[in-house]
Amino acid sequence: MASNAADGAAPLIRLRGVTKTYGEGGTAFQALKGVDLDIQAGDFIAVMGASGSGKSTTMNILGCLDVPSGGTFEFRGHHVETLDRDQRALLRRKYLGFVFQGFNLLARTTALENVELPLLYRGDAKKARHAAAMAALDKVGLADWWDHTPAELSGGQQQRVAIARAIVTSPQVLLADEPTGNLDSERSVEIMQLLTGLNRDNNITVLMVTHEPDMAAFARTVVHFKDGLVERIEAQHVPGQEVQV
Amino acid sequence: MLGTTFLLAIRSILRHKLRSILTALGIIIGVAAVVTMVTLGQATTAAVQKSISALGTNILQIRPGQGFGRGGGGPRPPDFEPADVEAIRRQIAGVTAVAPQAQASATAIYEGANWSTTINGTTGAYFQVQPWPLTSGRSFLPLEEQAGKSVCIIGNTVVQNLFRGGEAVGKRMRIGAISCDVIGTLSTRGQAGFGGDQDDIVIMPIKAVQRRFTGSRDIRLMLVGVDQAYSTAVVQSSIEDLLRERRNITGSKENDFNIFDTKQISDTLTGTTTLLTSIVTAVAAISLIVGGIGIMNIMLVSVTERTREIGIRLAIGAVAREVLLQFLVEAVALSMLGGVIGLVLAQIAIFSLVGLMKVDFIFVPQINVIAFGISAVIGVVFGYFPARRAAGLNPIDALRHE
Repeated sequence: MASNAADGAAPLIRLRGVTKTYGEGGTAFQALKGVDLDIQAGDFIAVMGASGSGKSTTMNILGCLDVPSGGTFEFRGHHVETLDRDQRALLRRKYLGFVFQGFNLLARTTALENVELPLLYRGDAKKARHAAAMAALDKVGLADWWDHTPAELSGGQQQRVAIARAIVTSPQVLLADEPTGNLDSERSVEIMQLLTGLNRDNNITVLMVTHEPDMAAFARTVVHFKDGLVERIEAQHVPGQEVQV
Repeated sequence: MLGTTFLLAIRSILRHKLRSILTALGIIIGVAAVVTMVTLGQATTAAVQKSISALGTNILQIRPGQGFGRGGGGPRPPDFEPADVEAIRRQIAGVTAVAPQAQASATAIYEGANWSTTINGTTGAYFQVQPWPLTSGRSFLPLEEQAGKSVCIIGNTVVQNLFRGGEAVGKRMRIGAISCDVIGTLSTRGQAGFGGDQDDIVIMPIKAVQRRFTGSRDIRLMLVGVDQAYSTAVVQSSIEDLLRERRNITGSKENDFNIFDTKQISDTLTGTTTLLTSIVTAVAAISLIVGGIGIMNIMLVSVTERTREIGIRLAIGAVAREVLLQFLVEAVALSMLGGVIGLVLAQIAIFSLVGLMKVDFIFVPQINVIAFGISAVIGVVFGYFPARRAAGLNPIDALRHE
């Protein structure tokens, strides 16, 4: 697997014939019917599709939160489908960051403590935790708001705290599930610019589920899902990004 | 990892103060109840033993009649005679002293103050049978005993009420129809185990009481001191044989007198208080268990309530073991916190109740340690199930939970 990861041509993520079936027997529902997908490190991918198209299921599998019923999922050369709960948790801890539509911050907990949480599980010392969490908050422009609880922050600010929490561990992949779904268009653009910046400057691979074409326009690659399969993949020319690449 | 988990658990407890206090409430009450009950039980037992040992250990009380009460019909059994006292003292081995007693009630008067009290007629042997030191003055002289002189030794309650706490020795007071010289005052003994004030007493030579108050030479009670080196049971049965012979009770006829060993009374009373303590403690222990179930209940509710939180923690890379440990540590910390508060409340309750119950404040380390230990165990036992449930949640479902 080391050779795979070292090989520049090998994708960061490789899905082959991935299926996912919920339930059993007559009531069984096949959410994924054999998805093949390669994702290169450093890409910014928007995942689109109607509800029930299998995009959320695919995101759960890519986020190592769920395992495929069939097929293979290689991440950095690891066959994730063979890993147990705890091994997948450790994979998430080390390489993945999550941003959710509903922000999912811990209530009654300051922004700083929320951002520190992944570092706590990683076992970092107090000083290192504080420094890294403050740096992450600074990156999302909320360093001055570190001692505010989610109830004291606006939706856009909460999402930025959530992004700080996702990137505080310097993950390789950031998974965002409709990150702008609960925000007005102005805040949404801010969040997208933040994600674009993280993708470009920190070389974080971004996987984002979205309904809105406006938001998908920020991505370099758009993957369309339909009826449990990848319908088509289109490469986009993102204005201002071509120059950077 | 344990340090991290502990930190997370403490943060969570502090962040939800009301929920935490309500959760711990059952344990607080349970621990406080158990500790208070056991401690008060032991304090009461100690008080009973103390007041009985004030009566004196190794003392036999001999009364005419059967059992504690006067009994049913039939002629009243005769009282004892002075000759009986002499016989026991001379003939039974192991007897240190025999004090006859004759009692009467009368009003004592001194300079306009009057006080209704009990007169106890006895001899100097009374103070040999049981330790009851004088605070001032002296005991009876043999001459005073033989002549039945009107001299008296008075208890502290009488000193307080008649002499307003001032010097009583050397004063002459009236008691009933006679006057008597106070020759000594007694140290305080306090409440008797059976109720009644042991210090409300005037002690006079038995002959004086018999002549001036009871009007007979009869003796209603004898106190027999037994040498430490002798078995009270053996002495008791020797006295029994002697008295049967002297009172002409032959064959299978029942005794018309009875002999109590104060140690037996002490054992009986101690046994009773110990039994009562166990019963009350059992009830309190049940409340501790109910408290534990309360913890489990709240923790389970809390798992449901905090499903999203658990989802978040799992998503950002907490392994199941860490979530389990966090919930377990929370439960244990809460019940130990409840235990500590319960212990403090118990000491306060004990401190205020001992005053009402007229027993001495005591601290029983064992029960405090045990109750605290139990509260910690309850945390582990009743915290485990909810914790396991939390850890077993699927992160996706947990995150989706509204």
